[in-house]
Amino acid sequence: MMQVRTYVLHMLLPDGLVVVVKRECETCQMVVPVLEQLAATGELTVYTQDDPSFPERPAAIHDADLGVSWHLEIETVPTLIRVVDGVEVARTVGWRRDQWHEVSGTDELGPELPAFRPGCGSMSVDPDLVDELRARHGGSVLRSRRLDIAALEDDLEFMFNRGFTDGLPVVPPTEERVLKMLTGTTRTADEVVAVIPPDLVEATVEKVAIAAVMAGCRPEYLPWVLTSVEAACNDEFNMHGLLATTMPVGPVVVCSGPGTRAIGMNSGINALGQGNRANATIGRALQLLVRNFGGGRPGEVDRATLGSPSKYTFCFAENDLESPLGRLADDFDIEPGTDAVTMFAGEGPHTIVDQLSRTPESLIGSMAGVMQGMHHRKLVMAFDAILVISPEHGRVFADAGWDRKRVLEELHARLVTPVADLERDAHGIAEGVPHGFEGSLPKYRPGGILMTYAGGGAGLFSALIGGWVNGDTGSKPVTRAVRY
Amino acid sequence: MTAAPRTILDPSGERSLAERSRVPRPESLSGLTVALLDISKPRGNVFLDRLEQRLTDVGAKVRRYRKPTFTKPAPVDLRHEIATDCHVVIEALAD
Repeated sequence: MMQVRTYVLHMLLPDGLVVVVKRECETCQMVVPVLEQLAATGELTVYTQDDPSFPERPAAIHDADLGVSWHLEIETVPTLIRVVDGVEVARTVGWRRDQWHEVSGTDELGPELPAFRPGCGSMSVDPDLVDELRARHGGSVLRSRRLDIAALEDDLEFMFNRGFTDGLPVVPPTEERVLKMLTGTTRTADEVVAVIPPDLVEATVEKVAIAAVMAGCRPEYLPWVLTSVEAACNDEFNMHGLLATTMPVGPVVVCSGPGTRAIGMNSGINALGQGNRANATIGRALQLLVRNFGGGRPGEVDRATLGSPSKYTFCFAENDLESPLGRLADDFDIEPGTDAVTMFAGEGPHTIVDQLSRTPESLIGSMAGVMQGMHHRKLVMAFDAILVISPEHGRVFADAGWDRKRVLEELHARLVTPVADLERDAHGIAEGVPHGFEGSLPKYRPGGILMTYAGGGAGLFSALIGGWVNGDTGSKPVTRAVRY
Repeated sequence: MTAAPRTILDPSGERSLAERSRVPRPESLSGLTVALLDISKPRGNVFLDRLEQRLTDVGAKVRRYRKPTFTKPAPVDLRHEIATDCHVVIEALAD
């Protein structure tokens, strides 16, 4: 098929016809007589990828570093291109006589050849070479300072010594790896993603890609990382305060939608745990960006008294495909079926055990009991929570006909406590709500319970993820549709 | 195969830090205007009330300021106001 392409070429193409070939390709060998015909009739420039002496006639220019092939985006050899005033106006790949006639403007080419023969793969798209070529010829889009690793220094030790890690090894962000990471998004490398606390510097897609490489992401995770960064680094979510607080909390990333399955995220067995690359590295990339780019390091602006293992990474997918209780993303006005990230300021998961309840009333009572105790049973309204309902608990509600709305209503209804039990000094405990309230108070503000569904098929456990200070004082959950 | 990585891209914010010299420490607080910044943590006012008393005793003029929330940096306008109107600032951190 004839194609016309637009690309940025850092060289002027010679006018006339340009052909790219390699000796290893039998179709290229077959069209040599055609090339001789074309050379005799007009301006022809031949580039050869592998053997400088191929073809013997017409003489070829050796594309030794594959730079011409790379910039011309050659995927197949032979490729025939017509150039006018240094600009490509037509192209065909492989051998198709009618197409070659059309592009070259010359008739009766290769009369002894078959009408059609497919070409071969260009060396410039060889999987073993492509990362290196991307760095060699496309590296100029990368603006970051280059850091050289000394000859005798171990790469991973270098990363530790520079303070670039969270305590675990990171993948060194070479040009090759960062450029490959950038293929995961349609955004350009220099697009600004967000202002990253605490140093408040604008992070570009390139800098986020660097963090993603270091965290161990694959390129297809990058849109999720970018969206997480956007959802976290704004005044509403308040990543700055979440970093600086003495509470043991960090960003919790809940991913949702068909894209979670496309990139292989885990919403099933051990969903909140270790072992899945996407779950582990998307959350880690955000934290590494805040650490290295934002300058947020423990003991400096990160003042956590105890911290939490969840601050390495805390990211999981909700099982929106099988959930009988809807999905969290839809509560934030995300269209059903749209990929989305919900960012929550929270601690590590806390287990809710109930192995005996077979009615929704009994189970909801267990959940409410644990949820009243979150952080401190006498402190109310100040903290939100994520409630992760597992399949076996979810089934108890679903079998009884309780939907998402009903579960949340029943929970809130059971999480109301008389002020007399909550006030400071009540029950001999100094901590509590200030004096001056009357009647009863709810544990959670309206909308303060973020319900999601995940986990393996066996086990009558759910999980509560306690939040940091909510609202204008602290952090509001933020949901964003994933932008690819 | 890709060769062993020997050059990496800098993951940092690549900031060039602006160096600012400190204002000389005053010999005495007498006659100076001292800003007391409450970050809105519970009981920060208890500490600042006491400080105000002590500072007033030594002849300082005290002005009180308050951040909207302890979880976010002080707004630019507030910082500017303190810098314009006061000679010295004391911020009451918490926890």
